[in-house]
Amino acid sequence: MTNIIFYLAAGVAILSTFMVITRLNAVHALLYLIVSLLSVALIFFILGAPFAAALEVIIYAGAIMILFIFVIMMLNLGPPAIEKERLLLKPGMWLGPGLLAAILLIELVLILTGPGSATKAAEVPPRAVGLTLFGPYVLGVELASILLLAGLVGAFHLARKERND
Amino acid sequence: MLTIPVSHGLLLAGILFLLGFVCVLVRRNIIFILLGLEIMFNAAGLAFVAAGARWGQPDGQIMFLFILTTAAAEVSIGLALVFQLVHRLHTLDIDQADGMKG
Repeated sequence: MTNIIFYLAAGVAILSTFMVITRLNAVHALLYLIVSLLSVALIFFILGAPFAAALEVIIYAGAIMILFIFVIMMLNLGPPAIEKERLLLKPGMWLGPGLLAAILLIELVLILTGPGSATKAAEVPPRAVGLTLFGPYVLGVELASILLLAGLVGAFHLARKERND
Repeated sequence: MLTIPVSHGLLLAGILFLLGFVCVLVRRNIIFILLGLEIMFNAAGLAFVAAGARWGQPDGQIMFLFILTTAAAEVSIGLALVFQLVHRLHTLDIDQADGMKG
């Protein structure tokens, strides 16, 4: 039972990632990439890492993909964008990602309603992750904060338009 | 209990990494290259989580957290570079950015 759910989620991940790299339109590729990230989050959940699964959905499928969508929206200004928007609302565009996401939803419902320990691996609770993160790995947390600060300053500097250009 | 062998999780991570790598090599649109990088980051994180789940230790998830942080910093810099490319060359094709004759 667990095996079927795992391999189905793995198949959805591979199929949607393949669709990402073969799309021509960036927004189509982003939709498939979100489905791929959601299926990887489901695999994390099956593997007994619920904290990593939540972060995958919140940060990867949420924050990072939103960044991509913002950039694509800012690059597509003008009247042609409206025609493009109309094309994006056709059913053929969201049918594929929607079907794959529906498979993932069915699997999630099966896991949540199934018998507790039979559908998941031995779980590493978020409490253990937090204690280890701020125990032996606290130096890594400091380095990650410095990296994020450098990313913030670098993105601000690079994305600024030069005045005399 | 779980009966998924850890090799299958690592195999899935390898396939996803390969797909991201192909995306980086084949596509010439800078947005797709960044997407391929994201796929590769995600596959590396999947390998860490699968290995951590094999031993029941939280270390794999912590490495996934650090990978997540790196990916977030990388994508912010990468998208800022996209802005510069569009601002200076008015294209998304990175082959146009050959001013250094690389």
